[in-house]
Amino acid sequence: MLLSWRGQLRRKGIMRKNAYYDFTQRLYGSDIAAAFYILSLKGGFRFVGQSDWFRADQRGKFNWDFLNHKDTPLEEVDMSYTVINYRGLDNLEGQQSLRTLALRGCPEVDDWFLARLHVFEDSLEELDISHCPRITTGGLAALRNLKGLRRLDLSSLPGISSPGLVVILLEEMLPQCQIIATGYDYSIKQHGGEEEVQR
Amino acid sequence: MSAWRRLHVKVRRAHGLFTSRRVTEQYTWMYGPSTLGQNLSTGKPLRNDFFKELEAQLAAMRKKAADALPGSSWSPFDINPNLPPERADIVIIGGGVMGWSIAYWLKQKERVREGVKVIVVERDLTYSQASTVLSAGGIRQQFSLPENIHLSLASADFMRNINEHLGVLNEDPVDLQFNQSGYLFLASEEVAHIMEENYSTQRQVGAKVTLLSPTQLKEKFPWINTDGVALASYGLENEGWFDPWSLLNAFRRKAMSMGVIQCCGEVTDFKYTVQMPKGLEYQMVECAIVVNAAGAFSGKLAEMLGISSNPKDTIAGTPVPVEPRKRYIYVVHCPDGPGLDTPFLIDYSGMYFRREGLGGNYITGASPKEADEPDTSNLEVDHQFFEDSVWPRLAYRVPAFEKLKVTSAWAGFYDYNTFDQNGIIGDHPVINNMYFATGFSGHGLQQSPAAGRAVAELILDGNFKTLDMRGLGFRRIMAQEPILERNIL
Repeated sequence: MLLSWRGQLRRKGIMRKNAYYDFTQRLYGSDIAAAFYILSLKGGFRFVGQSDWFRADQRGKFNWDFLNHKDTPLEEVDMSYTVINYRGLDNLEGQQSLRTLALRGCPEVDDWFLARLHVFEDSLEELDISHCPRITTGGLAALRNLKGLRRLDLSSLPGISSPGLVVILLEEMLPQCQIIATGYDYSIKQHGGEEEVQR
Repeated sequence: MSAWRRLHVKVRRAHGLFTSRRVTEQYTWMYGPSTLGQNLSTGKPLRNDFFKELEAQLAAMRKKAADALPGSSWSPFDINPNLPPERADIVIIGGGVMGWSIAYWLKQKERVREGVKVIVVERDLTYSQASTVLSAGGIRQQFSLPENIHLSLASADFMRNINEHLGVLNEDPVDLQFNQSGYLFLASEEVAHIMEENYSTQRQVGAKVTLLSPTQLKEKFPWINTDGVALASYGLENEGWFDPWSLLNAFRRKAMSMGVIQCCGEVTDFKYTVQMPKGLEYQMVECAIVVNAAGAFSGKLAEMLGISSNPKDTIAGTPVPVEPRKRYIYVVHCPDGPGLDTPFLIDYSGMYFRREGLGGNYITGASPKEADEPDTSNLEVDHQFFEDSVWPRLAYRVPAFEKLKVTSAWAGFYDYNTFDQNGIIGDHPVINNMYFATGFSGHGLQQSPAAGRAVAELILDGNFKTLDMRGLGFRRIMAQEPILERNIL
């Protein structure tokens, strides 16, 4: 019972962090709300037309200067190693000029999250989903809507069973996209034949 | 020197009574190959077993005490432990995904621990004829009835958070193998306006669908032949297909961990109680509520209630209009077929196909016309049907499929609602402790989590709380007002 409580508390914590920042949105507009959300989850972003990034440090402290840029959409978002999940995308949904999204090593990013990325189908050019443990092949099929994608990083995804084949199929599906898939063992297994005979 | 050593030995032996046997090994190591550490361990095993047996005996005593108290189902003549208990609160007839979903939600919603005693009765535990496991496993929100869209959306939400709902501690997490590829409906000129109306209903309810013109369709999916297609409707999110067996097992595992009893047997009679045989043994089960989730065989079960003995025009005489209809699914292999982005394509001619796995295999089938419904006495596959009805339409729509090979095929039953091909969720007007969750005609699997929740709310709360399913109740059958789905499969 204690173990299940612990699991539930952890899930509730993640849900609370990913809740919709309705209040901020009403007061400051959706771009500032998205920026605030990203900084609260210890991510980083860059506005359109600006060249420097706004980031939160390890302890969660960040610079409040981003409030000066009202109504500027976000161009690049880095949410690597954060607990962003499907509900968290509510906060980022209105960003129509989002070009780069980095989700490296996010433990809560799964196939349903990838399916919801269709809201960025016109603008998204770079997507990095390496090291995300929950992504499987079914979710990668959802990337078909992102026709503008130019760079996709799929390194070291533990959920994919046959990475070589998946990369080939993805290259067919997204012909203009460059796919980076390192960290997989592409070597032909020598023991495969022996195992078959034994069975 | 030796005296000291002997003293040491005595101290060690005393400790050995209460500690594990490892002391003797340590002992022999310390004293080398001497003969001291040989037979000092004879007393210890007996002592350890005594404490272990004590635990077991105390547990047995507790169980006996619990059985002796009233409310337990212990009887001195324990003839067959596989029979269902004599009394239960709710009996769910049918162990498919719908039955287990209702069982799970009933246990989830009870406010007192072990408040409702639920039994799920399944005739065939190998599920050889069950519609659940033979289904193609798709989920879509592209319906025309708002109730259906709500049910599918809620079920997709459930499946998104499935480990929160159906995760059992110490067991593997549930993996539905959900492919997020979406559904693609193709409409010809005549039915394009229906598709547009459906699109606005779906958007209003909250489904993420988009309409595509033939040029956009060709751009997105270059392998489609767009002749005859006037409009296409494409699901962007929450649509795709998954593994029905995993969902069924997940529901079953979680429900059984919450205390639902599974029985293997067939319900043969309803004389004030439910009577079930098992082989030649009968067991009367006294219960308060019966839920009919028997799928394709629900109509036959309802006849046992003696409905057909009442005159046809009365309320009590309306039969439950669910009967089995056989549908075929063929697995084909085509090496040049469409790739990873293949949606679940449904053509206006009734043909459908979807990708299966990564090796160029596809699952395909078609709805037969009303006049040539196949015979439902068995689950034999008619391969001629593929040659005559499925392959020509498939090859017309996707030219790459002209060269393919049928690797396997199977047949399954739809729990076909002959009245209006939509589910019946609710209680019976006359027999007020019988509830129905059947007649879904091919979309039962995708609506099962939400429909299970609706039935559980109806039983435990008395009314629908989250989704209003009164439109899908038995009332429409009595009043002879069908709510037809336009563009069904």
